[in-house]
Amino acid sequence: MIDFLTSRGFKIFFALFIAALLITAPFYLRNFGLYLIAMWLVISVAALGLNLTLGYAGQVSMAQGAFVGIGAYVTGLMTLAGVPWPVAFLCSGLLCFVIGWVLGYPALRVQHHYLAFVTLAFSTLVFLLMRNEEWLTKGIYGLTDVPRPILFGWNTGKAFDFYFFVLGVVTLLSLGVWWIIRSPWGRAFVALRENPVRALSLGVDTRRYTLMAFAMGSAIGGFAGALYAPLVQFFEPNSFALPLSLNLLLMVIVGGGGTFFGPFIGAATAVLLPEWLRIAQGYYLIIYAIVVMVLMLFCPTGIMGLGDRFISHFRQKRISAERAEKAKDMSQQEGK
Amino acid sequence: MMQPVLEVTDVSKRFGGVTAVDGVSFKVYEGEILGIIGPNGSGKSTLFNCVLGQLNPTQGSIKVDGHDVTGARPCDLNRLGVSRTFQLLQVFPELSVRDNLILAGQEHEGTMLDRLLGPRDAGLTASANQMIEFFRLSHVADEKAGGLSYGQQKLLDAAMAFMAGPRLVLLDEPAGGVNLTMLGHLRDRLKAINTEQNATFVVIEHNMEFVMALCNRIIVLAEGKIIAEGTPDEIRSNPEVIEAYLGH
Amino acid sequence: MAAFIQLFVSGLATGAIYALVAVGFMLLWQTSQTINFAQGEFVMIPAFFVLWAIRFLGIDFWPAVGIGVIVSLIILGFLFKRMIVDPMIKHGVLPMVISTIALSIFLKEMVKDFYSSQAQPFPGLIPSSDLNFFGAVISTQNIFILIIASLTVVALNFLLNGTRLGRAMQATAQNPTVARILGIPVERMILYTFLINAALVALASFLISPIYLAKFTNGDVLGLAAFIAAIVGGFNQVRGAIVGGLVLGVTENLAAAYISAQYRGAIPLILLIVVILWRPHGLMGRAEERTV
Repeated sequence: MIDFLTSRGFKIFFALFIAALLITAPFYLRNFGLYLIAMWLVISVAALGLNLTLGYAGQVSMAQGAFVGIGAYVTGLMTLAGVPWPVAFLCSGLLCFVIGWVLGYPALRVQHHYLAFVTLAFSTLVFLLMRNEEWLTKGIYGLTDVPRPILFGWNTGKAFDFYFFVLGVVTLLSLGVWWIIRSPWGRAFVALRENPVRALSLGVDTRRYTLMAFAMGSAIGGFAGALYAPLVQFFEPNSFALPLSLNLLLMVIVGGGGTFFGPFIGAATAVLLPEWLRIAQGYYLIIYAIVVMVLMLFCPTGIMGLGDRFISHFRQKRISAERAEKAKDMSQQEGK
Repeated sequence: MMQPVLEVTDVSKRFGGVTAVDGVSFKVYEGEILGIIGPNGSGKSTLFNCVLGQLNPTQGSIKVDGHDVTGARPCDLNRLGVSRTFQLLQVFPELSVRDNLILAGQEHEGTMLDRLLGPRDAGLTASANQMIEFFRLSHVADEKAGGLSYGQQKLLDAAMAFMAGPRLVLLDEPAGGVNLTMLGHLRDRLKAINTEQNATFVVIEHNMEFVMALCNRIIVLAEGKIIAEGTPDEIRSNPEVIEAYLGH
Repeated sequence: MAAFIQLFVSGLATGAIYALVAVGFMLLWQTSQTINFAQGEFVMIPAFFVLWAIRFLGIDFWPAVGIGVIVSLIILGFLFKRMIVDPMIKHGVLPMVISTIALSIFLKEMVKDFYSSQAQPFPGLIPSSDLNFFGAVISTQNIFILIIASLTVVALNFLLNGTRLGRAMQATAQNPTVARILGIPVERMILYTFLINAALVALASFLISPIYLAKFTNGDVLGLAAFIAAIVGGFNQVRGAIVGGLVLGVTENLAAAYISAQYRGAIPLILLIVVILWRPHGLMGRAEERTV
């Protein structure tokens, strides 16, 4: 059973199953359901980016929410001004890439909690800028009526169309991230996380990889923002205040940092579960907080880690059972 | 006279008022195995760290194949063909043995963009497998390095230093904490690489027997200065060396 | 000039509260490597313990304050250490950060769902009136805060430097292994620092709530202020945290008046970034040479 669950065939089957669910979702969900799944996908992308910075490269960032915000404002303002969405999308990513690169510099000087605080301060500064620079961002009134893109004549204005648009873009972005973590960069990021001194002595340019981890993670956050803007169509600075950054951090760790699917699972616990657990409504956050604390206590590697542990537990059990069986056979043979 | 692979000229390192390394000069030629020994606190590790770019020497210069590398970063030194092992075990526990080795080789050539867009293994699977074979790690090649025994990790650590086909390898206490069988195995492997690939070594070591059996030439440090230099036999019978070790 | 003095004194008063919170924050870090992301909520909640006792137990203000202190010591000191920090410590810094973030959400939501999401008036510890001081109007609240905070700091300093217990605590913070060899009950010393932190946040809560009202979101600002004060002052010294707190309170106030009210919150953040990059060990801390 466990062998089947971890086999390649099952993994592909499972992936196809999820893909089928996502593709057929519009045929059995109402608009709100679609909106929710699209939101989950968008937040997953933001978490994917943070996972690159934090989960793989080990650089603590408490500013991912700010990058989603920057991406959302860039795309929102540009598309409101009539610029086509793809251009705005690229600009969002590019700007976040550059800012993320610069934000990486402190990481070259300080680590761990200091880095956490620098990024936390940055995140709050970005929020203040969004709130106070009314000439650009409309301050607390936020941006309204952000248009949904029209691509090659395909108007994504309706929930149905927009859902597929988000699904498509998120799939492309996820494949991109998948490519990065499977490339030599992924290996260098892990080396940077686990032992920067050793990595440096093996020729890994830890400076550049650190900056790149920040820049890439932030750019992906910016892409998420570029999807967020047309999804919600109305937003204001509070959406991107510190709690979003902290929540994204929670999602990555709860899902399982340093694993590809962790961010999707983490985002599901923060976006989808609260809606499904209607009975707990109102108290969801309290329950969520308790579950997170308990999870960290027993399995700091998150839900993915929990799954791994579950599987290896059963493997271990089976191996020891087999051993016992063998030992029994042997003793029986010896007895004869 | 041929050009030395490593040339250390008059290197000193001071920490505040303490002089850890005091005007040390030596050369290492291709194919040599040079041992550096000395009592605790004699400045061996500091000297090593200066050579490897982990610390900036207060004065003096370091050349590799004639290039001045004084104050260069460890990753740049690595690209010039200098690699090292650490005194304490340093492998990447979450990567598989094979990935540890590929990582050790992947940064040696090409640009970062090549590494992003190129093949996943940076074309190194074959040479990683060779290295795995050579160090007899085939049975654990796909396991996470963190799950290996201490001796196996030590071998992997050494194997990583050879992945990029280095000109010069600096070994920091390779024998520390390794059991006798593994020690013999490690020495054989190092000797084999030395003769087969004409690789050059500098070894810091406490285990005198290991150094004497491995090295062609030995330098003795005491209080930051070189007090003796010679073949293992000369060092063994040098009264000053005995004094430095036993005199305190 | 009068306006300046006014701003300066009220800045000092806020700063003194930040300093108390920062000292506690830093003590936890020193003795148990706990970065408490719920420290702000720790300051927010003792006021609600008091309000809760008044509302549901029907007792007077001062007995309720007593109950507030005791509940704080138990929950924010003892239980926090036993149920969250102790079991988490072996997992390293990041899981602990995540846990305390979750704890901060938990505390906030508890107050919001089970008490009120509205700002609650909180009685001042002393009657409020204004003193005229060379034309500057200074409230007795602020003077009171300064006096109480100074007394607390002096007492804490005496405890840490003037008593055997305090020296044992410092030894624990500096090197637990050596402290253990010297026969110091390390575990108990760590527990004491958690209790001290609980007492400090409770005090800060009772001092600040009459001014800003008690609200479940109060911790957001206070927590950030405590981090900034601790880091600006140098992460490893009580003295540093106090200076950091005062500097922060005063700069914030003066910046709001003379530079930009909207960016009141930005000045400390910029201060934080500059200090971390320029002097990672804080204004009062000592730089250590990095070793390999």
